[in-house]
Amino acid sequence: MAAAPFDIPILGDPAEHPIPALKPDAMAASKPYLAAEAHQQPLGFPGELTEGWEKRAVEHMGSLVSKYRSLQVYMDICVKCGACTDKCHYFLGTHDPKNMPVARADLFRSVYRRYFTPAGKMAPGLVGARDMTKDVLDEWFNYFHQCSQCRRCSVFCPYGIDTAEISMAARDIMDSIGQGQKYCNEIIGKVHKIGNNLGLPAPALIDTLEGLEEDMLDETGVAVKMPIDVEGAEVLLVTPSADFFAEPHVLGLMGYAKVFHAAGVSWTLSTKASEAGNFGMFIGNYDQMKKISMRIREAARELGVKRIIFGECGHAWRVAYSFLNTLAGPWDFLDPRYPVPQHILEFTNDLITRKGIKLDKSGNDGMVLTVHDSCNVARGARMGDKPGGQFTIPRAVIQASVPKFVDMHPDTICDKTFCCGGGGGLLTDELIELRVKGASPRMEALKDVVDKEGVTHMAAMCAICKAQFTKILPYYDFDREMVVSVHQLVSNAIVLGDND
Amino acid sequence: MTIFFAILFSVSTLVFVAGLAMKVAQYARTPAPLKIPTTPAPLTKGGVALRLGREALLFESLFRGNKLLWLFAMIFHLGLAVVLIRHARYFETQVGPLVALVQPLAIPAGLAMVAGLALLLARRFLIPRVRYVTGPSDILMLVLLLGIGISGMAMKCLVHTDIVAVKAFFTGLTSLELRPLPGDPLLGLHLLLVCLLMIVFPFSKLLHAPGLFFSPTRNQTDNPREVRHLAPWAAKLEEKG
Repeated sequence: MAAAPFDIPILGDPAEHPIPALKPDAMAASKPYLAAEAHQQPLGFPGELTEGWEKRAVEHMGSLVSKYRSLQVYMDICVKCGACTDKCHYFLGTHDPKNMPVARADLFRSVYRRYFTPAGKMAPGLVGARDMTKDVLDEWFNYFHQCSQCRRCSVFCPYGIDTAEISMAARDIMDSIGQGQKYCNEIIGKVHKIGNNLGLPAPALIDTLEGLEEDMLDETGVAVKMPIDVEGAEVLLVTPSADFFAEPHVLGLMGYAKVFHAAGVSWTLSTKASEAGNFGMFIGNYDQMKKISMRIREAARELGVKRIIFGECGHAWRVAYSFLNTLAGPWDFLDPRYPVPQHILEFTNDLITRKGIKLDKSGNDGMVLTVHDSCNVARGARMGDKPGGQFTIPRAVIQASVPKFVDMHPDTICDKTFCCGGGGGLLTDELIELRVKGASPRMEALKDVVDKEGVTHMAAMCAICKAQFTKILPYYDFDREMVVSVHQLVSNAIVLGDND
Repeated sequence: MTIFFAILFSVSTLVFVAGLAMKVAQYARTPAPLKIPTTPAPLTKGGVALRLGREALLFESLFRGNKLLWLFAMIFHLGLAVVLIRHARYFETQVGPLVALVQPLAIPAGLAMVAGLALLLARRFLIPRVRYVTGPSDILMLVLLLGIGISGMAMKCLVHTDIVAVKAFFTGLTSLELRPLPGDPLLGLHLLLVCLLMIVFPFSKLLHAPGLFFSPTRNQTDNPREVRHLAPWAAKLEEKG
């Protein structure tokens, strides 16, 4: 690894979790690229800041506060107790006090107080109220793009204040006045125009899938299919477009295909709904989130499927599990015997339990696995029919596929899991310092089990986690191929060919 | 003094009740367009009630987040709860069973309240992270509560006031009858600060008390796949197409 132009955090013992001393303004210069007019206008946002933006920002804030109870309540009730101050991976990795959740929220709250509370109008100094100025806006742009909306702070807040809600609102306000983020808005534009985040057009997609079918035939001797746009299939699989393109994602995609094959369930991908991710959530925009979700509804209608299953993706699963019914429902035209949508891990786990598929652990010989609970799966969604299924189901599938599995330190898994450091619209090269530093709590817990338990691989169930870890593992002297898809393990272990 | 406090108490009670009612109505009226419980979350309304109960009474999340702060917060809030219950005796002619029950705890509870507040104040200065997020209003709020606690404890333990007369004043007030209030300066200070607290309450972070029950990450059931959740403004978007 070439020397990074910044210090790589030193990894300690996750059991001690020392709280770093404050380094004010350590990340004051970290910010993503500003969206250009070409990225803003397809989404209906103004191309740049224009005269009077301050007033429009405050008006938009007023409108959001009246539309989102979360925002209204969270603006009012924070007591600044500080329980959240040592919980954010970006604070732990960067030591910048503005990355403490309460301090981040206060960047927004200070403006809310100035314009919407009697105390802030009468005595701004007393309650820390600030006018909406360019300096404040710049601070918003930098620090609301240092939040991956992972919700770890909300777990420990005595009132459940969720900084994700606040950073989404801040980003929505910034978009509405012409101060958007290039990465997210450019990607959303691609979804509208082409159908997926990576901008893979249908012919390229079909070509890729044919290639993968050939690979699987060569490797297994079994003709495992990757159907796309097949009308009348039982299942529509919606998966992050990185699954068609990047490693280890694509190895997971082959795993899904093998599971469908072995189970004998007809399925199809869709060129229209060729993206599970929904970046509308990252920018806090309900309309965008709805518009992106509607592509899935249209595809399901057109193909006449009976069920919808989502591939491995974190924020995507949150939008799918928690919001899809709201945004694109009702789903009364699908088979009522199955929840809408289902997660591929629910599907595979069910098959394993019912012995509908056979797994041979020797396919993963020599591997010692741990699992990274993706933040938005862990704290923003569920799998199965019991609370906490999002923790037990992936573990059950992994354990059924590999010879040895160990969990990382209990303060870093399940609902206390740390974000990979690249979620929430931050998976972009200009934020690499933030991403590397934000990953340090996860790297610390990983190093611990590598050293003590001989862990060789870490399974992830999110396209962003997989891409982020592949990129940042080498900064911590780990092999980039240490991160694997959960269904990659299934793919290695599954017994094909005798599915009678 | 009697007339002054009769007016002040009536006004501040009105501000407190009306202000709080307005905020609660605002929270209740504002839609929650998306299902955002912090998961794992309860699947049923009964489960949600238990979750909120544990948060309100045991400070469950805070316990997971910060044990020392949890202890300080518990000391203060438990002390405050007992002290508040005990103060009901100044407003009811017949002392109820609950008030009688906590009566022996009066002094320990008062001390706990003051000690808890002092600890909470001290950490605002001693822990750099907490000092960073502390503003003048956060300090003033603790000082105000400390002032109320200390003046109250001083009357209880050091400079006694005529509590029979105080009770007569307040029971009189509730039946719209003006009875004289003792002219002790400590009592005056105590009541003044309490009035100030009531006036400030609906406009301050003290809204965390009712606010907890409206926090969507805590009060929502985890059933988005089973039940379609649609806010009125989002439903209107659908009609437009």
